[in-house]
Amino acid sequence: MARVMTDPAGMAAVEVEPSRPGLGRMVRRYPLAAAAAVLLILLHVLVFGLPLVYHASPTLANPLATLAPPSAGHLLGTDELGRDELARLIYGGRVSLLVGLFAMAVSVVVGTLAGAVSGFFRGATELVVMRIVDAVMAIPAFFLILVEVSVFGNAPAIIILVVGLTYWPAVARIVHAEVLKWRQRDFVEAGHALGAGPSRLLFRHVLPQATPSILSVAILSVGWSILTESGLSYLGLGIQPPLASWGAMLQNAQTYIFADPALAVFPGLLIFLTILSYNFLGNGIADSMSHRG
Amino acid sequence: MTAYLVRRVGTGIVTLLLVTMITFGLMSAAPGGPAVIVSMTTTASQRAALTAEYGLNQPVPVRYVLWLEHAVTGNLGTSFDYSEPVTSVLGQRFPNTALLAFTALALSVIIGIPLGIAAARRRGSLLDALITGFSTVGLSIPDFWLGTLFIILFAVTLRWLPVSGMTTVGAPVTAGNLLEHLAMPASVLCLAVLPNIVRFTRSSMATVLDLDYIRTAHAKGLAPARVLFRHALKNALIPVVSTIGLLVPALLGGSVIVESVFAWPGMGRLAVQAATDRDYPMVMGVTIVAGVIVICTNLVVDLLYAVLDPRIQYG
Repeated sequence: MARVMTDPAGMAAVEVEPSRPGLGRMVRRYPLAAAAAVLLILLHVLVFGLPLVYHASPTLANPLATLAPPSAGHLLGTDELGRDELARLIYGGRVSLLVGLFAMAVSVVVGTLAGAVSGFFRGATELVVMRIVDAVMAIPAFFLILVEVSVFGNAPAIIILVVGLTYWPAVARIVHAEVLKWRQRDFVEAGHALGAGPSRLLFRHVLPQATPSILSVAILSVGWSILTESGLSYLGLGIQPPLASWGAMLQNAQTYIFADPALAVFPGLLIFLTILSYNFLGNGIADSMSHRG
Repeated sequence: MTAYLVRRVGTGIVTLLLVTMITFGLMSAAPGGPAVIVSMTTTASQRAALTAEYGLNQPVPVRYVLWLEHAVTGNLGTSFDYSEPVTSVLGQRFPNTALLAFTALALSVIIGIPLGIAAARRRGSLLDALITGFSTVGLSIPDFWLGTLFIILFAVTLRWLPVSGMTTVGAPVTAGNLLEHLAMPASVLCLAVLPNIVRFTRSSMATVLDLDYIRTAHAKGLAPARVLFRHALKNALIPVVSTIGLLVPALLGGSVIVESVFAWPGMGRLAVQAATDRDYPMVMGVTIVAGVIVICTNLVVDLLYAVLDPRIQYG
């Protein structure tokens, strides 16, 4: 019975977004975002799948072959301790990509909840949450992260939390604006008239309308998180060895910049390509939304 | 307008208080308490003496109020590393960061605004696609990597510029020498904010160019350049002023990395060093000063915006 009762509201929600363009049309309209999506899939497959066929160890040092050029045994040469550079890039990539994804989850969950609740209930909740958002955004991200890392240390879980909790205010602002935009619509009022409670109205009626915005900001936040984590690792304050992320490899490489500049080029290039792809994909989704009612 | 001014300053102060509460709260959450960190080799009695000296035996809210009382008189405590007041160390470092950030901002305004206008004039053209594409590329380049690449190219390979520092040690300080050292860090920091200025100018200019009064100006037969620079530019640049306020956190945050790459003796590098050494008063001092700078510049930008744009009514 309850399902039938809420149906009119559901239909009104569908009416707002009349057609879903097919995959082919999306690719033609947003070629850069499509290319970025392909590159991202490729990067993830390589980082998580390549060790199945490429068996070099990322931690096995060989003092007789330090800073070696590429060879059949070491496709990208070796680093300052004679460890295989390609294997290190793969395992470092796992750390970087996973930190990015987990930190995104943290910022999206916290930011969505804060933005949704403050935008929907307004009043004192909104005032308090939005002031906190302002305050966190007023502290330049890196300074706040330095405070947190100096207090709580740099275990992987802490790095993920710290990076994620720096981005949530940006997510909260976007979700807050979306919820404000949708909460006044007729279909929400219809739901209310049919007896839906506030949490049902917010999570089943209003928030689903914000999904594309949340998706876009989530994708951008993965890129941002990877960038921030690698910056932190570059400063020597990120995840500690032997778990070397791309940023940590870059920090190492700077010591050998005269002897082997290539060591500094590869990890940076991978960070750059990953973030570039996340940004193009996130922007593409944001663009495709701007054509929506 | 006066009411707006009062309200805006009021929110600024509330935000600032929240910034100090967040920072202080985080600092107080340190496991083991800050007294352990001063020195790991302290005996229990020494630690008790330190705890009393720094007032660490008080509850957190009491310590916060005490700290705030000191802070408003310009006393942010004593650095563990330097054994000097935090404010005096910051006073030495701040001008260096200001020089770097201001140069970077000036560069990105000078380069970014013309690029944004060019892209907005020919929306959908190849030039527009190139400019917007490059701004996404610019946003995605890790600044520490770009800095490293610059060092490899300009300092190691071409030997045009010094690798790091602010002046050559031992040599007399001249403007030319300072500029040589400033060139790489300022360009890298500039690229961190340039994409935002380009995008914002482009979208603001594009909105204005679609307005009726621009069509009227074209219909009157005015030269396109005159319409663009005399009619459109003024209105298009007003919102751009507000982005400059938004870029201050990015500039200060970017300075942390850029100063570390190029060993520039500013606040950012100080913050990294303080975080590494767990110099709590210093980390906290730098963060709060950064927050104050951001909140004050945003306030100034908002007020400037109100003055520049008479269309906006402030109730």
